[in-house]
Amino acid sequence: MASLDDLKKRIASVKSTQKITKAMKMVAAAKLRRAQESAERGRPYSEKMNNIILNLSNGISDKENAPKLLSGTGENKVHLCVVMTSDRGLCGGFNSNIIKKAKSYFSKILNEGKQLKIITVGSKGNDQLKRVYGDKIIENISFKESKNANYFDADKVGRIIIEKFEAGEFDICTIFYNQFKNVITQLPQAQQIIPLNNEEDHNNSDESYEFEPDEDEILSNLLPKNISTQIFKAMLENSASEQGSRMSAMDNATRNAGEMVDKLTIEYNRSRQAAITKELIEIISGAESL
Amino acid sequence: MSEEFKIEIVNPEKSFLVKEDVLEVVVPAFEGEMGILKDHISIISFLKPGIIKVFSKSGDENYYVEDGIIEFKNNNLSILTSTIISVADLDKSKQGDLLKKAEAEASKSEISDQAKYLADQKVEVLRSIN
Repeated sequence: MASLDDLKKRIASVKSTQKITKAMKMVAAAKLRRAQESAERGRPYSEKMNNIILNLSNGISDKENAPKLLSGTGENKVHLCVVMTSDRGLCGGFNSNIIKKAKSYFSKILNEGKQLKIITVGSKGNDQLKRVYGDKIIENISFKESKNANYFDADKVGRIIIEKFEAGEFDICTIFYNQFKNVITQLPQAQQIIPLNNEEDHNNSDESYEFEPDEDEILSNLLPKNISTQIFKAMLENSASEQGSRMSAMDNATRNAGEMVDKLTIEYNRSRQAAITKELIEIISGAESL
Repeated sequence: MSEEFKIEIVNPEKSFLVKEDVLEVVVPAFEGEMGILKDHISIISFLKPGIIKVFSKSGDENYYVEDGIIEFKNNNLSILTSTIISVADLDKSKQGDLLKKAEAEASKSEISDQAKYLADQKVEVLRSIN
């Protein structure tokens, strides 16, 4: 059994850990509000962008000559996966969930005999992936300096991707991120951004648009922007998810620390009482023997 | 009959401006300035660096944009842009910064013709303000 002194030290240490986790929870809660707001405010932009592209691609005259970013290279050999994670840890299952999703996708691709290339955004993802897929990672981007997700950073990632696409380095690009549903639920997502996946093709927009300049030119101008926009959306969702996940993780940690302190306190009191009882017995039996 | 329509300017971070009482908007479309009045035909176009002029009942406003896409449909004008600054907020130092950046971009030698054209546009527009 641990000595009284040891127990005392442990209680103190758990208590100070609890203080830290509590503070982190508060910070995460405050940041979450802001992140959630900006995620919600960012939605109209990406939705409108999607709408316009949908209208455009419906209006495009010959699909054969459509920009490659829309229709793809026609091949399906090299996959580029952009795994977006956070730069900080202590946020529960946030990073592992993305990694898990990404890894199952990776093994599917590799089993099909296709080539895999990985770009990691955020250092935590890189840390977890480089052990197994180290040779597949072609780039690691991290935005540790920037406090909030901003469009400028997203645009940088977008440009890198487009550059690589135009250099013919890959055929299909998928991004992995966590979609923010609520504080306790974040859904890891795999979204294909090149070629553009318009499964939900609503053909109800039969009204005609006037284009100036023509469709092709607008599309080729718009599609790269759309990629940055999608990445930005993913970044916003990710940062809201990260804070949400951290908040609930820290809440749990605080609660667990509380339980631990209670348990240790009981143990401490018990052993203190046991020591007192022992001393009393010794005194009494000593007195009796006289 | 009312001559008003709705304008919505969004940038990636937020919905920048929503106005319901707009009479006319002049946008710097890629192929030249374009004025939009109520009941304009549905149109999609993109912008070059320039000034968006919004004329509305509640006052006129000017915005500096560097790029963007506009969509006009059912008397709803949506403008998507990544860089937008109200001209009223654009003080001398900010303007100088932007101008310097644009000039640096325009003087690069290895950029494409289109990028060069856009950068030149930026410089021109920024110089013309005030």
